[in-house]
Amino acid sequence: MKRFLLLMLVCTVAVSTLFAAGTTETPAAGSQTKTEIHFWTWRPEDVDFYARQIAIFEAANPDIKVVQTAHKNTEYNTILAAALAGGSGPDVFQGRAYGGLATFADSHYLEPLEQWLPELKNYSPTALLGATSPTDGKIYGSPAVSQTVFMYYNKAIYKELGLSIPKNWAQLIANFEAMKKAGYIPLANGAKDGWTLETMLGGMGPAFYGATDFFTAVVEGKRNFQDPAFIKMIEKMKSLTAYMPNMFMGVSYEDMRANFFNEVAGHLVGGSYEAAYFNTQNPDLYYDVFAIPGEDASKPAPVSVYADMNFAMNAASQKKNASVKFLKFLSSKDFGNSMIRDLKMISSVPGVDASSDPFIARVLELQKNATPFIFLVGFRYQQPTGSSLWQAAAQGVMAGTLTPAQAAKQVQDGIASYYKPFQK
Amino acid sequence: MDVKQLRKAAWIIFFVTPGLMIVGVFILLPLFMSLYNSLFSWNQLLPVEFVGLENFSRLFTKYPYQQRFLNALQNNLIWFLSTMILQNSVGLLFGYLMSRSIPGYQAFKRIFFIPVLFSIIAVGFLWGLYLKPSGLVNNFLGLIGLESLQHAWLGEERFATMAIIMVNIWRWVGFPSLVFLAAIDNVPTECLEAAHLDGVGEWKLFWKIVFPLIIPSITIITVLTVIGSLNVFEQIYTMTGLDGGPNYSTDTIGTLFYRTAFGSVDAGSPEIGIGSAIGVVIYILTFLISLISIRFSRSREVQL
Repeated sequence: MKRFLLLMLVCTVAVSTLFAAGTTETPAAGSQTKTEIHFWTWRPEDVDFYARQIAIFEAANPDIKVVQTAHKNTEYNTILAAALAGGSGPDVFQGRAYGGLATFADSHYLEPLEQWLPELKNYSPTALLGATSPTDGKIYGSPAVSQTVFMYYNKAIYKELGLSIPKNWAQLIANFEAMKKAGYIPLANGAKDGWTLETMLGGMGPAFYGATDFFTAVVEGKRNFQDPAFIKMIEKMKSLTAYMPNMFMGVSYEDMRANFFNEVAGHLVGGSYEAAYFNTQNPDLYYDVFAIPGEDASKPAPVSVYADMNFAMNAASQKKNASVKFLKFLSSKDFGNSMIRDLKMISSVPGVDASSDPFIARVLELQKNATPFIFLVGFRYQQPTGSSLWQAAAQGVMAGTLTPAQAAKQVQDGIASYYKPFQK
Repeated sequence: MDVKQLRKAAWIIFFVTPGLMIVGVFILLPLFMSLYNSLFSWNQLLPVEFVGLENFSRLFTKYPYQQRFLNALQNNLIWFLSTMILQNSVGLLFGYLMSRSIPGYQAFKRIFFIPVLFSIIAVGFLWGLYLKPSGLVNNFLGLIGLESLQHAWLGEERFATMAIIMVNIWRWVGFPSLVFLAAIDNVPTECLEAAHLDGVGEWKLFWKIVFPLIIPSITIITVLTVIGSLNVFEQIYTMTGLDGGPNYSTDTIGTLFYRTAFGSVDAGSPEIGIGSAIGVVIYILTFLISLISIRFSRSREVQL
């Protein structure tokens, strides 16, 4: 009998727990029901910024409540994919660009936005390319920011050593030599994290492989990555190892950034997204950026540019009207200006005013010679992506286990395994 | 069936069902789901059509899947051999020494086991810092005048995998040590005393009497090592990243599976079909190799 009673007790507790979990709170009578929409980002570092912006949005739209969730950048795609596939995804979210966007768009998880946001037609074609699915040509995101890759340099060290912005490659190397002599690390970059070598390619590569002309030719399959110009570029990149930190193969992304903002190193090839981080880590850091020149000083130095973020809407969202209101807010000039002001990001919203911020104004000036960030823009749609192939091959080159020609072949063969224009 | 038997059956069902459900939902279901997924071609996250074993044939024969898979499998093999040879023999040595009640063995027992309790992610992160160019390990080498041995441990292809394996051995060696200690302590003292009386030396005593009697524990440790070596993932993920860098030198089938099946910012769109095929291969390999090692060690077991 005792045992039976115990069993009954266990069952009662279990059942009551189940029901307790299933009970939903009913709103108090008279209170206005708000439409709650969920908004996901991959920027835990920007939670406060979005919280402030959401407060502004909610003040203007008192019937909508936005719940923000930020996930770790590297896990974001996996978590989002699982949530969308399981039908529990957010209503509005930060979406990747190019191949990262196509994954979700082609799986029918994203709502095409042209009918909801007619203002999309005012965006630049470069920005829209990153938000368009190559499969059906529809726009699935409201372009948020673009990124530019170039060389950061420490102005204080330049002043101390009497250096000036290099006009060609030889001058750049001369600056590196001067810094090395003075005891600074000339170039902060390392090679432990493969993706930072793709950034390095974006910074110093275009001037050597021939920028947009080469990009267009490889995308069309008229030239390939075993092109002499591309191999020469890899050789030039390899030659930079003489100016990188001791044991650069073990220097991670965090270390290289620290080398630069702690003023141990004089240069860093990096993206425009670094500026805000440098400002918070070392407010006294006196730095600027330049486009890395090639051998010919008479040609303007190109910078690699890519669309980096889109705001997208869940095709299965039950609250599309509220979500569109929030999307329109995220696509507004006010929001774009706040991104420039607070995050130092290059907003893609047409007509934003960047002149208030000298860094962004400088980036926009460099963008006049923009070229697509080659592997990210052109070859990140299928596995193995050009990016992952390049990152591994470049690590081999920098470490000396692959020759530039072998690395170029590794990239070419990998992409040719699926890329039709290379199979002709 | 009388009431008593019925009641007994009801109790058995009551206690077994939760465990069965957990095994069913979290182990068997994913196993069959990945087998099912591996038989389809996929467009991004949606299955398109039934393709039979095509994903497996692509994995085993087509560039670059074949290269990546063989490279990863080779690294798993290095993991298995190094762990078997280094970790388990050191564990056996530690276990034996502690069973001989060397001075301070109670303290050693605890010290060896403490790292086993640490979170694998925390260990990976901390050792990632120690193995940096300017980290603890290189500083120590500098301090004792061995600058020539300083290396970018996790950044150089020839050292990266071994460096991660050594960290894993540091973390895990306490476990085989304790298992072997318990096994050696279970060897009947009369056997050992008789051997001592007959004048058998320590070396012969170990190989002829202790070792054959602890083979069941060796079987368990071997099977766990097989499973552990085929499922290496967290260590790589925390110390050299999902891409198994530098230049795939630390890639294992675990990281290859994750990258392929789920995709990543750099690795690109998910390839669920091939990813699932890799998952199925991991299951089959783990099962087969465990079975073989159990059979192999069983045949060498002796009983008093």
